[in-house]
Amino acid sequence: MIEYFNEMFDGGQVREPYSALDGWTREMPAELRAMKQAEAEAMFRRIGITFAVYGEGGDPDRLIPFDMFPRVFTQMEWRKLERGIKQRARALNAFLLDVYGRGEIVRAGRIPARLVYQNDAYERSVSGFVPPRGIYSHIVGIDLVRTGRDQFYVLEDNCRTPSGVSYMLENREIMMRMFPQLFRDNRIEPVEGYPEALRRTLASVAPVKCTGEPTIAILTPGHFNSAYYEHSFLADLMGVDLVEGADLFVEGGFCWMRTTEGPQKLDVIYRRLDDAYLDPLCFRPDSMLGVPGLMDVYRSGGVTITSAPGAGVADDKAIYTFVPEMISFYLGEEPLLENVPTWQCAKPDDLKYVLDKLGELVVKEVHGSGGYGMLVGPKSTKEQIEVFRHKIMENPVNYIAQPTLALSTTPTFVEEGVAPRHVDLRPYCLVGEKIELVPGGLTRVALTEGSLVVNSSQGGGVKDTWVLAE
Amino acid sequence: MILTVDHVTTYSYDTAMGASVQSLRLFPSRFSGQREIDWHVAVEGGIRGGEFRDGAGDKVESWSVRPPVEEVVVAVRGQIETTDTAGVLRGHRELVHPMAYLRETTATWGDEGLERLAAEAVGGCTEPLDCAHRLSAAVAEAIAYEPGTTDAHTTAAEALDQGKGVCQDHAHALIAAARAQDLPARYVSGYLFATEDGAPHEAAHAWTEIWIEGIGWIGFDAANSCCPDDRYIRLGSGLDAHEAAPIRGITQGGSEERLNVTVALEQVQQ
Repeated sequence: MIEYFNEMFDGGQVREPYSALDGWTREMPAELRAMKQAEAEAMFRRIGITFAVYGEGGDPDRLIPFDMFPRVFTQMEWRKLERGIKQRARALNAFLLDVYGRGEIVRAGRIPARLVYQNDAYERSVSGFVPPRGIYSHIVGIDLVRTGRDQFYVLEDNCRTPSGVSYMLENREIMMRMFPQLFRDNRIEPVEGYPEALRRTLASVAPVKCTGEPTIAILTPGHFNSAYYEHSFLADLMGVDLVEGADLFVEGGFCWMRTTEGPQKLDVIYRRLDDAYLDPLCFRPDSMLGVPGLMDVYRSGGVTITSAPGAGVADDKAIYTFVPEMISFYLGEEPLLENVPTWQCAKPDDLKYVLDKLGELVVKEVHGSGGYGMLVGPKSTKEQIEVFRHKIMENPVNYIAQPTLALSTTPTFVEEGVAPRHVDLRPYCLVGEKIELVPGGLTRVALTEGSLVVNSSQGGGVKDTWVLAE
Repeated sequence: MILTVDHVTTYSYDTAMGASVQSLRLFPSRFSGQREIDWHVAVEGGIRGGEFRDGAGDKVESWSVRPPVEEVVVAVRGQIETTDTAGVLRGHRELVHPMAYLRETTATWGDEGLERLAAEAVGGCTEPLDCAHRLSAAVAEAIAYEPGTTDAHTTAAEALDQGKGVCQDHAHALIAAARAQDLPARYVSGYLFATEDGAPHEAAHAWTEIWIEGIGWIGFDAANSCCPDDRYIRLGSGLDAHEAAPIRGITQGGSEERLNVTVALEQVQQ
């Protein structure tokens, strides 16, 4: 039997950060709770924040379930996390600048050349280009799990366009509207500064050819994209334009935005579009979503694209194993946050171990995301395990495995009242002139009893995440 | 050898089209085998965009033409001095790791036929440079030069299958064969001065470069069973013909595109 760390209760004792919430739930009558839950859902529905799940069919306007029970960190816990997250964001960016430059880490033999240069996410077309301030990943989403009082692990890094930050903001907004007293009784660090911090970050990486105040826009694939709500939400809050590829064109070494008052020069693009679709002239010729010629403008310093094309080579699951190496190589520091031990099925010894222990491990696709194509050994049937065994044996290179982590639990409202459910955490680290981290993040919760899969595409929910002020 | 180049590419359309954007890789590479004397690239009626030199050492310049577009004319006029370096790309500044050129593309996919061709050609050979020469000879042997039998989208595997093709097919097949033997290889586009009499000829050309540890990138022209010398002008490189294309462009609109290319190379008598 695995012991799970319960973030609220230590035996019968309530842990200190949750003391205020203990009384709050005890005093809340069941009817009030049901009413508040319905109110929250109505608010989410009204603001239009929904999440369409790829490949699952069903209702594309499905809401991600919101759990009203906040997840709480003390100031001390947060400071420790913050240092570790910023350290990681620095190292990942140093790695990207290096592998698109001289590749010192490869020359030094600290990371195998093949893993970097033959990686599908390695973008040869940007090698030799140094983006403004040398930054490739401007928004780093680092997925963390907690397994003990002081024990956190990084599950994965997201260096391209991590989504979900709109939930961090909306969850807080809705909690404050529904339970104002709670926010008067507790001193909770605000997260509402995120959009301004993001705008500041984007403005700080304006291209060399930009003089004066940079014009910023968010480039979206369009309203059919599952994160479209977030794109328009962030554009609104930052006071910048939300554009699609067809709204932009290149001329004279710059990127221009069509407006009713004529073309306006665009300096910084926060793109929520994959590399492959950015520019049909440079990448996929069949892409209708991008802007022909954009990459030439980018590489000649006329516009900044965030996150930089090619940033994906740092968050690949096979590269993940080497992040501690990056931290020691570039920063000369010890990693403050631990990696989950990972077996590479591409290595024969590791493969043998993984196939032997399939029932105990979590197996993931190297390029997978969203909780698809993964096996949670202890939670799977014999049949599911055998099916997966065949998949791994057919293409071992495509899989990595990790021990099944004892994800911490936090109290969650369920039918019967309040019960522990497993959670993870995604904070959003901003990298520009400064490295900033808003105190909070997105807590995802596995609503099904015993489930360890928190992905919203797999029935996970979200919670407001508190960092207590001192 | 001093060569003059006069290269005009014309895209024409039946009806007026929307805006057109071009990314041009039409500039001589800088290495010990080439010295640029004079070089001009322009798109008629176009607006010059940004320019940069990429990690592979190629200079890229972008252009755009405002609508309505009925014709896009890209003109290259230049003069260059070339020296024979026995195919070795000496003194070329680039940053891309050779291993990035082990990646396959649709055009250079190494099917069973190509893998077999490569394995048989190499035999027991363990010296990489020797292997590369053997691979080039095997491709020349397997694919006969026959214009009009392939098109821009023919893959290396298809060309080998039918046993005929043009320089693009030879280059793709040699890339696939080299990669099958774990030798990084890439597509090079440029010009070839193909006559000794000095008369102008059709001269757009393509060949292969193979990375030999300890030496560097070496050119192999399987189509002519030789290594590039002073008759060759190197422009740019990529994983395949699409990536190394001297002109990449998109013109908005639905009209059929007609392409007309004239290339004339002449030797300047000294």
